[in-house]
Amino acid sequence: MIAAAAFYLFAAILIASAVMVVTARNPVHSVLFLILAFFNAAALFLIAGAEFLAMILVIVYVGAVAVLFLFVVMMLDIDFARLREGFQRYAPIGAIVGGILFLELVLVLGAWTFADQAEALRIAPTPPSPVTNTEALGLLLYTDYIYLFQAAGLILLVAMIGAIVLTLRGRPAMRRQNIAVQIARSGSVAAEKVPVGAGIRELGIRRPPPPEETRRLAEPAHGEADHGERH
Amino acid sequence: MAWTLALPELVLALCGLAILLIGVLPKRDTFFPMAMAVTGSLLLAAVLVLGQQEGVALNGLYVADSFSSFMKVLALIGAALGLLLALDYNTRERLNRFEYPVLVLFATLGMMVMISANDLMSVYLGLELLSLPLYVMAAFDRDAGRSAEAGLKYFVLGALASGLLLYGASLVYGFAGTTNFDRLAAAFAAQEGVSPGVVVGLVFVMAGLAFKISAVPFHMWTPDVYEGAPTPVTAFFAAAPKVAALALLARVLLGPFADLAAQWQQVVVLISIASMLLGAFAAIGQRNLKRLMAYSSIGHVGYALMGLAVVSDVGLRGLIVYIAIYVFMNIGAFAVLVAMRRSGRAVEQVEDLAGLGRTDPAMALWMAVFMFSMAGIPPLAGFFGKLYVFLAAVQGGYWTLAVIGVLTSVVAAYYYLRIVKVMYFDQPPEAALERAPPSLSVVMATTGLFNLAFCLFPAPMLAAAGIAAAALLG
Repeated sequence: MIAAAAFYLFAAILIASAVMVVTARNPVHSVLFLILAFFNAAALFLIAGAEFLAMILVIVYVGAVAVLFLFVVMMLDIDFARLREGFQRYAPIGAIVGGILFLELVLVLGAWTFADQAEALRIAPTPPSPVTNTEALGLLLYTDYIYLFQAAGLILLVAMIGAIVLTLRGRPAMRRQNIAVQIARSGSVAAEKVPVGAGIRELGIRRPPPPEETRRLAEPAHGEADHGERH
Repeated sequence: MAWTLALPELVLALCGLAILLIGVLPKRDTFFPMAMAVTGSLLLAAVLVLGQQEGVALNGLYVADSFSSFMKVLALIGAALGLLLALDYNTRERLNRFEYPVLVLFATLGMMVMISANDLMSVYLGLELLSLPLYVMAAFDRDAGRSAEAGLKYFVLGALASGLLLYGASLVYGFAGTTNFDRLAAAFAAQEGVSPGVVVGLVFVMAGLAFKISAVPFHMWTPDVYEGAPTPVTAFFAAAPKVAALALLARVLLGPFADLAAQWQQVVVLISIASMLLGAFAAIGQRNLKRLMAYSSIGHVGYALMGLAVVSDVGLRGLIVYIAIYVFMNIGAFAVLVAMRRSGRAVEQVEDLAGLGRTDPAMALWMAVFMFSMAGIPPLAGFFGKLYVFLAAVQGGYWTLAVIGVLTSVVAAYYYLRIVKVMYFDQPPEAALERAPPSLSVVMATTGLFNLAFCLFPAPMLAAAGIAAAALLG
């Protein structure tokens, strides 16, 4: 009874927020409603007993994908009102395509049967009930197919190394603290005595020497530092 | 589950991760120490492979037998030699980033996974683990347009080949109900006919693997990628990955699909003949040595596949011996190519070798040895490689294959001997080629001596190849 009530509650909110995703004028609101829709879908999965899927939905879709969407929407200046201009004109064709799809889905679902031997032929059958589905997936992934899992991990690592090798360049313009240059400079900085308590109103602001002068002083040391970095 | 069976792979992977970790830290140039560490890791893995037990492990995904041991040791030696070729070249061309040896290591790990694959899923993951570092290495000279083009071309076509392989694997899984090699073999042995879906899947899988060994008609990428990639990378491409891909092809065809030999044999015969013909005729007009070697490698793959097309233990032994000798010929020839420099710049035309016999007799001698060996002139190793595959073809009654093989090797001898002629009889240009650095001289001498001395001591390798072939054919 409570489960049924919860199902209808979550389902109603899911559909309502899905409608809001499409109709909201502000794209940021759309993405926020999308996040709400994901959360409600996760709750529906929980009710159906698929807790792993529910958590993955929250972690992957809400945690990564939706936040990414949010970033993209905020960073790109897309004029959504303009994008929607043709909506009225294309609505009938869209409705026809949607209707055909719906009809086909109904036909497929009506005629769909499992093959007789499909149950027996599965390589990894669903384990009996005390094993939760997170545990069952973990068993498959980390016990039966640990070899493939690790190999896939190495492939991703290689992809990462490859991306870095092919794109990363040492940036010569970047300013880094170079302690050797800093210490070597000490002789060039003139220490001078100023009257104590006079204040800058009388003495004026002392500025450092212009940059050309400092660069000339630091040049030999810089050349070496660049050389080391490039390797 | 005896995961310790996969100890060589585990150790190599951990070494790779450790080297990556250590190489990142210092700001200094760590190319040379890291390359040495990787070479050490590869040799350590080879020793572990030699001491490996036999069996199937890791939920039937991994198999270790004499065949896998032989091929893995060969691939590891090929990879280590290929890495040695890069030491001097990469430093001079400012490609001395420490990621290069790390990529070589992970590519080699991919080869080991492929060679030990006992499941279509391991096949695919091994293939990807091999291919991904190769794509990156082809584009390693990222500021050179040619290298970037080679990398991109290889990546796009390689992705297509992976797609074909996956599609074929999914068809096989759909129609046979399993991806495990042992169960596939049992399923095909039990049933009478074979469903067309499996045959179509098998052809797609073969197409994907034929791409990796650059057999005709999946060879289109080879000349461009070989020419564009930095020379040591080309040397690496031409040796170790071919061993792994040929071993995998042999294992897939003679393992799970052994009972479908009637289906795949004609395809292999066709691929073999086409590769031999193309390798012989297309290389004649080439002036660029790297392109020439690309066509030559296509031809060599054709000869090696002849051993597979015969479907017998003698044929398989011929294939194993051929690919082993091919690795040593090829690495040696590429050592000469990598060493070719004139006034500080790498050169790669055939004419650049002119007069080498007078200016650098040692290098010219080794190059002549490799060229004669590739042409299959009797006392050298290359002759024995060809001998055993032709012998298998004749014994099996495949006269067409044998005759085409002999004729194409006569044609191919033309361009190998032309190189020898250019070295010894043409006038040297004003500026002679620079002396080869010690690392390359060592590789040339080692592989050259192997080619020279093989005729004196062929027994150990033949015996090992025989045992490996017997292990695969069961």
